[in-house]
Amino acid sequence: MLSIRNIVKQYAGHTALSDVSLEVESGKIFGLLGPNGAGKTSLIRIINQITAPDSGEVIFNGERLNQSHIEQIGYLPEERGLYKKMEIGEQMIYLARLKGLSRDEARRRLKFWFEKLGMETWWKMKIEELSKGMQQKAQFVATVLHEPKLIILDEPFSGFDPVNAEIIKEEILELNRQGATILFSTHRMETVEELCDSIALIHKSHKILDGKVKNIRNSYRNETYLIEYSGPRVDFDESQPFTVDSEKSEEEGTYIVRIKLKEGFNSNNVLQYLIPRVRVNMLQEVIPSMNEIFIEKVNLIP
Amino acid sequence: MQKVLLIIQREYLTRVRKKSFIIMIFVVPGLILAMGGVITLVSKNSDQINTEQTVKVVDESGIFKGKFHDVPKIKFQTSTQSLKETKASTSADSLLTLYIPANYSAKPNSVQIFSKKKPPFKLTGEIEKQMNDIAVNTSLMEHHIDTAYMRTLKSNISLNAVEITDSGDKDANVGANVAVGIACAILIYMSLFIYGAQVMRGVIEEKTNRIIEVIISSVKPFQLMLGKIIGVGLVGLTQFAAWIILSVVSTKVLGQAFHAPQGSMMSFLAVLQTIPFGYILGCFIFYFLSGYLLYSALFAAVGSAVDSETETQQFMFPITLPLLFTYILSVSILFQAPDSPLAVWLSMIPFTAPVAMMVRIPFHVPGWQLAISMSLMVVGFLGTTYVAARIYRVGVLMYGKKASFKEIIKWFFYKE
Repeated sequence: MLSIRNIVKQYAGHTALSDVSLEVESGKIFGLLGPNGAGKTSLIRIINQITAPDSGEVIFNGERLNQSHIEQIGYLPEERGLYKKMEIGEQMIYLARLKGLSRDEARRRLKFWFEKLGMETWWKMKIEELSKGMQQKAQFVATVLHEPKLIILDEPFSGFDPVNAEIIKEEILELNRQGATILFSTHRMETVEELCDSIALIHKSHKILDGKVKNIRNSYRNETYLIEYSGPRVDFDESQPFTVDSEKSEEEGTYIVRIKLKEGFNSNNVLQYLIPRVRVNMLQEVIPSMNEIFIEKVNLIP
Repeated sequence: MQKVLLIIQREYLTRVRKKSFIIMIFVVPGLILAMGGVITLVSKNSDQINTEQTVKVVDESGIFKGKFHDVPKIKFQTSTQSLKETKASTSADSLLTLYIPANYSAKPNSVQIFSKKKPPFKLTGEIEKQMNDIAVNTSLMEHHIDTAYMRTLKSNISLNAVEITDSGDKDANVGANVAVGIACAILIYMSLFIYGAQVMRGVIEEKTNRIIEVIISSVKPFQLMLGKIIGVGLVGLTQFAAWIILSVVSTKVLGQAFHAPQGSMMSFLAVLQTIPFGYILGCFIFYFLSGYLLYSALFAAVGSAVDSETETQQFMFPITLPLLFTYILSVSILFQAPDSPLAVWLSMIPFTAPVAMMVRIPFHVPGWQLAISMSLMVVGFLGTTYVAARIYRVGVLMYGKKASFKEIIKWFFYKE
């Protein structure tokens, strides 16, 4: 769908993107991660053709990105905004027409969306009369009204209360099921794990990590397990097939131990060691969360 | 192109639908109507010698006896009665008493005129003139100066006077032309500011609303800027058209309302008819449009460089300085010396030409000067639009960065 190749973007005095390449697969949800100022928005602006890269290219559906692709892209910027004094219905239609829709088509689709999201009464209202959350909802509709093939969302959940965030999330997933490719940037790692098929992590203008979420997390497995057992406390020495990272007891007679396997052993060896001694309640592999990976990766680079 | 039309449409409609726009359309012709009304009323009042006025002369000096001659609407009568009796007899509106004491020449202000109402200026002027003539003649005779010789002298003088009145007639015409020229210059000056500021405010609004990013993901910044400038410009033209139509209609209505073709109102209109309106209107529209395109592009660039209207000051000053400078020169000096080198140069430089040229237009500007000035205007607005567009495309995406001139120059050289 979208192939970003060796993008370099420099502003006077600093580099926003240096040699960034990524692939966004068609029909998937792609998360663009990175701390503030990493270059995410610069990259998004290049995909939206708001700015042009100094070098490198963006390929959209096999073609070099050009003005004709604008109508296939929907963009929700991080800084939300609409005309404050314009009626919402009129404004939505205007924005949709700028994306190439006819007036009647825009009106028809707008009706559909307003009914779907319970906004029928908003037509004649002005943006300044709405709450912040309502404005966001309206802006989301404006982003997807022209049924773009690629939807770019910059921090889509910021500013939504949990109920509306859930509604928007469902809408995003549904659009994705209908075939739209979603590219969004976020700091919220739990949404990344929940929604994204693939991610790219950008830090200080460099891409430092990308790939499928599952693969990335798997590659960060480091033979760490969490064990909960009941019974007498086991005194670990050097004879067991693992080393103990930490140990705690939340209630009398139950212990939680975090362990790391020694070379050449697996989780079965742990159980074999423990079962004769205690009752094992739980054995769980500790896979680092995206959050931990994110922090670890970012901290690696000074 | 279709998107630019869409933007023009939005910019135009949102402004034209505003209450303030509709109010402005009616307020200005209303003011013109009121002004016309005042002129008519004033001319009606000063034209009071419609009815025959009879002046009874009480002449204690004896010098003026029988020497007053009647002019249309003013009759002189020599009163044989005393001042008191004459005053009592002139109680009607059209009767006046002129009292000349015996020693009038010793006390210049001792000549008095009594009437029930304040006498019209035309009447007192006529009396003063006749009295002065009589007194001068009397003095000449007393000093044994050859009145025949004097008469030849005098006829010379009156010949001069005819010339003066002749050219005075023409003067009035030029005066009206100058007035129209200056009015156009002032109108251009003000509308460049008003509509330029509207463009700037529109740009700032889009920037502070953050809608700019949504829009320029759909259209190029230049298209947005162009659409906004043209849209607001059309609002300006609509406003002018509405004003002209309403003014013409209201003047007609006014003429109807006062029914009788009032002397000075009609002569005022007659003078207006001598002005080549087509020519001046054509020049006005050209200089308004080209000047507007030139300045509004700069205003748009300023709007893109700031985050709020209060920050615009430092950029507005250098932009508006040439305009302000020309405006002050135009209404004070330029119209008196429309062919001076200063005036010619100012009417050539695109930044000052819209105002300076409008002042010169009534004085038959040579065709080649007009041609050069107009071509330079076109080059000028293309140039500023190019520069402004380069600043604009970067500026609208810069939030929270305090722009300086140095910064803006850097933006100009940014690649896409």
